[in-house]
Amino acid sequence: MKKSAFLGALTVASIAASAAVAQDASTLDQVKERGKLNCGVATGVPGFAAPDANGRWEGFDVSVCRAVAAAVLGDSDAVEFIPTTGKTRFTALASGEIDMLARNTTWTFSRDVDLKFEFVGVNYYDGQGFMVPKEMGVTSAKELDGATVCIQTGTTTELNLADFFRANDMSYEPVPIETNAEAQQQYLAGACDVYTTDASGLAATRSTFEDPSSSVILPEIISKEPLGPLVRHGDNNWGDVVRWTLNALISSEELDITSTNVGEMSAAAGDNPEINRLLGTEGNLGEMLGLDAEWAKRAIMANGNYGEIFAKTIGEATPIGLARGLNAQWTDGGLLYSPPFR
Amino acid sequence: MSDMSYVRSEMLPERAPPASSVGLVGWMRANLFSGAVNSILTIASLVLIYMVLAAILPWIFSPTWNGTSQNECREIVGSGHHAACWGVINDRWEQLLFGFYPNGSEGGADQRWRPIVAFALLFVAVTPVLFSMISRRMNWVLLLAVLGLTGLYLGGAVGLILGLALLGAAAFVGFKALSTDKEARAAEIEAGAKRLPNPLIFSAIYPFIAPWLLWGGTVWLPIAAALGFVIGYYAFVFIARALGSLVGIIGAVVIAIVWWLFLTSGFANLMDSILPISLEAVESRKFGGFMLSITIGVVAIACSLPIGIVLALGRQSDLMIVKALCVGFIEFIRGVPLITLLFVASTLLNIFMPPGTNFDIILRVLIMVTLFASAYMAETIRGGLAALPRGQYEAADALGLDYWKAQRLIIMPQALKISIPGIVSNFIGVFKDTTLVSIIGLLDPLGLSNAIRADQAWNGLVWELYGFIALLFFVFCFSMSRYSMYLERRLRTDHR
Amino acid sequence: MYHMTSMTDPHQGQFRLSMLLYDSRYRSMTIQIIALIGFLILVFWLLSNTAQNLADLGKQPSFGFMSEPAGYDINQRLLEYTSQDTHLRASLMGLLNTLLVAAMGCIAATFIGVFVGILRLSPNWIVSRLAAVYVELFRNVPVLLWIVFTMAILIETLPAPSAFRKGEAAMSLWDTVAVTNRGIYIPEPLFSNSLGNIHLFGQSSLRFDISLDLLAIAFVFLGGLFISRIIKRRADVTQEATGERPTTWYWRLGVVVVPTTIVLTLLGLHLGYPELKGFNFKGGTHMRNSLIALWLALSIYTGAFIAEIVRAGILAVSKGQSEAAGALGLRSNRIMSLVILPQALRVIIPPLISNYLNLTKNSSLAIAVGYMDITGTLGGITMNQTGRELETVLMLMAVYLVISLTISGVMNWYNESVKLKER
Repeated sequence: MKKSAFLGALTVASIAASAAVAQDASTLDQVKERGKLNCGVATGVPGFAAPDANGRWEGFDVSVCRAVAAAVLGDSDAVEFIPTTGKTRFTALASGEIDMLARNTTWTFSRDVDLKFEFVGVNYYDGQGFMVPKEMGVTSAKELDGATVCIQTGTTTELNLADFFRANDMSYEPVPIETNAEAQQQYLAGACDVYTTDASGLAATRSTFEDPSSSVILPEIISKEPLGPLVRHGDNNWGDVVRWTLNALISSEELDITSTNVGEMSAAAGDNPEINRLLGTEGNLGEMLGLDAEWAKRAIMANGNYGEIFAKTIGEATPIGLARGLNAQWTDGGLLYSPPFR
Repeated sequence: MSDMSYVRSEMLPERAPPASSVGLVGWMRANLFSGAVNSILTIASLVLIYMVLAAILPWIFSPTWNGTSQNECREIVGSGHHAACWGVINDRWEQLLFGFYPNGSEGGADQRWRPIVAFALLFVAVTPVLFSMISRRMNWVLLLAVLGLTGLYLGGAVGLILGLALLGAAAFVGFKALSTDKEARAAEIEAGAKRLPNPLIFSAIYPFIAPWLLWGGTVWLPIAAALGFVIGYYAFVFIARALGSLVGIIGAVVIAIVWWLFLTSGFANLMDSILPISLEAVESRKFGGFMLSITIGVVAIACSLPIGIVLALGRQSDLMIVKALCVGFIEFIRGVPLITLLFVASTLLNIFMPPGTNFDIILRVLIMVTLFASAYMAETIRGGLAALPRGQYEAADALGLDYWKAQRLIIMPQALKISIPGIVSNFIGVFKDTTLVSIIGLLDPLGLSNAIRADQAWNGLVWELYGFIALLFFVFCFSMSRYSMYLERRLRTDHR
Repeated sequence: MYHMTSMTDPHQGQFRLSMLLYDSRYRSMTIQIIALIGFLILVFWLLSNTAQNLADLGKQPSFGFMSEPAGYDINQRLLEYTSQDTHLRASLMGLLNTLLVAAMGCIAATFIGVFVGILRLSPNWIVSRLAAVYVELFRNVPVLLWIVFTMAILIETLPAPSAFRKGEAAMSLWDTVAVTNRGIYIPEPLFSNSLGNIHLFGQSSLRFDISLDLLAIAFVFLGGLFISRIIKRRADVTQEATGERPTTWYWRLGVVVVPTTIVLTLLGLHLGYPELKGFNFKGGTHMRNSLIALWLALSIYTGAFIAEIVRAGILAVSKGQSEAAGALGLRSNRIMSLVILPQALRVIIPPLISNYLNLTKNSSLAIAVGYMDITGTLGGITMNQTGRELETVLMLMAVYLVISLTISGVMNWYNESVKLKER
């Protein structure tokens, strides 16, 4: 076989498969030019991001990506989902491989300041919790002295856990595990007494058990885990696009704009000026972002408002069955609070 | 009474051996129960086999092929029974094989015929190298048949006619090839019958067809890339004639690189605007499942072959600095685990490249796995070089060939041939190692199994997915390793 | 260089520039210099890109983070470690874990390989077939799959500690060993009259303790072995001189066993047994299931390769050798150990080295089962928490490179010593 021919294959492959992107252009322009949004997601977390049999990605985090794609490109399917692990997600974002990361990532000081990322908001308020089998009779995390604890690695979880047990002067046996699926396997087989990760993840995992009532989630929430999408430092305009798309989803729920009525509400200016500004029938908010007037309408059309997305992917009607809790609108006693659109 | 003899004068007829030493019983006595220890070993082995099968078989044979979720499987099997839930394989086998390659579900046509054709053609392309018992004509039959079937699959009037024509040609050549045996054919050729062109021509073209099939885009890009070699060759011929072969090689390489770096895309765009022929472009991040494993394995081995040859020659050379560089590279790569190289691919390679460069992750993985495979390839080829009898080198010297000519005409063809079994086992190794990419988040079969388990319907399924993946890897690797052993045996007789 | 030294009479003619290319005296020099310049340009290009990119990201390469507190716990620690220790110490724990599983794996793989390799040559049809099935099955499926598979088997088939609590499972070997799906708890040696420890390196990240008990035992034991060798040598001398070998085995055994037993008794050796307390078994030595899974998978996988090497090595010894040994009246096990294996070893050792290397490198797949080796600590949690990819990956590679070079160095030295001395 002609050996030199193989070199050609490499060249062709590299030319065909890689597009060297000059980073001088703003992220927004790059996305528009490419016609696709590169969005980093998890490799598989039930309810938050997982591919179906056709390879179509679905989930709560995925919906944020789709909303941004709809707002910017007008097509909620114009997204390339790039699965990332706890290890690869930040480099993928820093290197420009992805435009935004929506992979239940906790907003922390060092990630914001030291790793130089911009968290554009919070799409899920979470906290680290513990799940134990009911038959163990444990009612509080303070009773876990000496327990074997399964942890999902690559997150802030192991640090919180170490701090919690040290602060309470208890010992434990950490079992670090890469993926949720394996952690679940070990927990169910009794290879660990406790499974700890974000409370949402615990609920999602428990929902898939053959007998979900056999496990209890302990009342202690040992950390604050505000999860949200993030972008790189230094491109504020792109950060604004993602931030206000997320805010549009949150505001639209507050303003009772849903995917079903958004079409008719945006047809003509209505009585509520904020709705008008949001949907572009009044003012020029879209233009300020570098988008057109209907950006928010498309974002909402894509998967519905925040409440619809929540209900469809992780809400109480789904197998995951998460209650809104902290993630209710501020008007309902939750923490979701979008700055005003004006 | 005098003719009475105490010595038998004629042979007795041979009697049948005792029943205990022939047939099944005899075989068992000879091979299974030849002594106390052997009998114990046999019985222990039988018990072991029984226990393993008794544990596994009831689990495997479970009527859950049509289950659509884990709960449904549980219902089908009934509570209390532990049995496989094959519904997950039924639901996801296409994904495990092709990853996210466009299957028509998101609009557009089903593109999955392209990887299939690419790998079928790969088989055709390596046939003349690996399966020398297949005749030249049968090789062309294979090629025509693959192309014909592709035409039929793609359908449409053109596809149908072309496909039928190609299949017809294949049948015609195949019939002729089967109807004339080796001697008759040799006589025909002696008499001046035209031979079909050497199938190695297709092998040389294949490296340009495969990326086009897999990644799509305009056909002019691979053609332009191939033109680089043609240009380089002619540059070599002309410059070498005027200034000598060393200058020729350097000049040819420089001109070819200039062509690839600066002129290829312009040429491709120009030609594309004149005569647009293209396939739907598929980004490499759509690759997944077994297709990804095979792509990484094949590309890495193919690209590592030339690099490995250069490294092996460098390691054997008298030039101290060149040798030190090659040894350093080979030992470095062989000294670190592949996973650290994959970490480099996933986190560092972009940092090493000029600011603003952005390869996608699969390409970065391809680069690192290629480097990894090159080091092992270099050692394999060095083994081939070392196995070559000293006399071959001396004969080349005696003929007055210079270093490059000796390598090209005498040493390399033989060394590479000896190395083929080693190269095949290298390929098996790299192919198995591609599962490591799941650790950096690529969706190879193992990575996909995690993603599938994140689906509500299949949450918590382990054995079915691992078993299916293991089976596919086993079938692939086992047949390759058997083949490589066969080759080794054949080559050994050649050289003793 | 050969060309340079063989050139005894340099041509005194005029030097022309084209001679750099066409004169074989200078050509090799020219090529090397071009290669070196090319290499340096490549290195410089990579370094400048890296510097530029890191500057853009606002990261300055520095290893200062290694002396900051790690903040995470490690389950299997061969030395004392808390979450307040530095990243450096966490990496050290990981390194020790890597070395532990690699050493255990190499030993087990060798045993499995030799055993199966001999079984494959067994005249018993079913045994040799079974051995072949084992070899082919394990060689042709990726090791990563085997690792996760083994882990899954351990988790799913062994009883959880709660089963012991409920009485559904019991400890084995007269209540001394607990086999659970969290690992195996075995009795540990304890000393009631302990001599204490020597602390080395104070409070630094590299601090470690040496147990005086173990030191004393090792000293006495090795001393006994030494005396035993002296006795053997004297017996050899007697045999040379008189032709009769004095019976010394009880002396030789006694000088090792008796003093060691005395020291052990003085130190108050007793076994600490595992006991079910609270959530887990307490006491005893805990071999975690991650260690067992990794160890088993690596050694069974590598054992399949070693079996083939052993088989090839044995087949490489010509049949005449074993026939000659048979003619000398040796029994078949003596033929194997005295004639065949020593000769086969020469064929076996070089590929064995590369399999040991592979096993060590494959131990980096520990992260798949949560075994905290150096890839899991330095290349895992430390990398994640500090975001120092460049530094951690470089250190990780350096560590593996040193381990690999050491193993191949030691094994090559051994190989030299068993090699047939050719004259």
